[in-house]
Amino acid sequence: MTFLSTATLVARKDLLVEARSREVIYTSLLFAISCMLVFAFGLVKEGRVIADAAGAILWITIAFAGTLALSRIFDRERQNETLRALLLAPTPRAAIYVGKFAGVLGLLLLVEGIVVPLVVLMFDAQLFRHTGWMLGLLLAGSAGYAAVGTLFAAMLARSRSRGALLPVLLYPITVPVIIGGVRGTAALLQPEADLVLARAWLMMLIAFDAVFITLSLWTFEPAMTE
Amino acid sequence: MDFTSLTFSNVSRHFGRRRALSSVSFAVHAGQVVALLGANGSGKSTLLSIAATLLEASSGEVRYGEVTARGGGASLRRAIGVLGHDLYVYPELSAAQNLRFFGHLYGLDKVEHRVAAALAAAALADRADDPVSTYSRGMRQRLALERALLHEPRLLLLDEPFTGLDDPSSLALRGRLAHLRERGGIVLLTTHELEAIEALVDAAYVLVRGRVQPLINGVGSLRERYRRQVEA
Repeated sequence: MTFLSTATLVARKDLLVEARSREVIYTSLLFAISCMLVFAFGLVKEGRVIADAAGAILWITIAFAGTLALSRIFDRERQNETLRALLLAPTPRAAIYVGKFAGVLGLLLLVEGIVVPLVVLMFDAQLFRHTGWMLGLLLAGSAGYAAVGTLFAAMLARSRSRGALLPVLLYPITVPVIIGGVRGTAALLQPEADLVLARAWLMMLIAFDAVFITLSLWTFEPAMTE
Repeated sequence: MDFTSLTFSNVSRHFGRRRALSSVSFAVHAGQVVALLGANGSGKSTLLSIAATLLEASSGEVRYGEVTARGGGASLRRAIGVLGHDLYVYPELSAAQNLRFFGHLYGLDKVEHRVAAALAAAALADRADDPVSTYSRGMRQRLALERALLHEPRLLLLDEPFTGLDDPSSLALRGRLAHLRERGGIVLLTTHELEAIEALVDAAYVLVRGRVQPLINGVGSLRERYRRQVEA
């Protein structure tokens, strides 16, 4: 079994489990929609949105919905100790990490597939004026968030206080991702889109992804051996 | 890789200040079924987790033939099958999907053939496509055992394998274990159902507060000897 085929198998299994239960997607979506409704009542006055608010709303919603998804995906693995079964398999443990990361990223992108059009509708944000740049920011930002989140959620899967510890560990480290996403999106939403600035933030996100995916691949195996 | 013995040498394990295992030493050889007995919290599951390579010993060494867990890596894990107290199966997936997933994860050939054989052995062929969440505890236990045996491991580690099994299933499990022993398997199991393993085990060890002792020989059933030893 190659590294890539193991990772694909694990990611496919996660998506299949989710397709059967639809637990993560419903929970994350309901949360994301409620979150945006609250923001819409708080930040839209007389049909006008506070400048740059749409980007912040989008990325905060993605981050919080992502935390919910991460917790639930690893709760599932813990309930029947299936994470142990994965770690027992004769495959590189880093491939298990990549598979879980891809599964989390897939679910996060699915949530974004609903959240992004809602932000466009509710906050009149022209997110698709530069579709390629916007998709790049979403993909790179989500990958960074999923990379760090998957590592921490796996490490905390057997901890009793994982519910409290995951956000405490995850948010400070992913602040650069959220800031990069917010500023990059804001650059695209200006009347004259600042593509140079958007590109700079996108590059920062890609660099963050490269660093944290590499670090996670390195640390996953020792971190998972108690 | 293959090996014909599992040897614990002065294995200790601490969780913070709590000592779960203290200088455990014994060996199990190919063609043996060995039972680990002890009260709840005596360290049986910790010892099985260390043997499964999921947990590292704080001190001491576990050898699989000549190889340590660290040295064996993925190829060593291929030779180990584990049935945990939790069942290591996905309740949202069907029995067939679970077995197929683990078959592919272990890189097995003829996965469909193995899955069909495993479903037949677990007497689950007619419920193969139902989600595992709809199964009874005994059915899940049978599925979990087949999952652990799917890749024909040399070393089989079983934590309370008789939990939830009815008489025919318990009998079938004992038959499977006897067959594994004949084929040169190494079986290390924990159980409180001593009557079920009376005629099966080649040796038994008792864990008391993390320390291991061989079960005393003498007259009486396994349970009587165990009680005498624990109460002494």
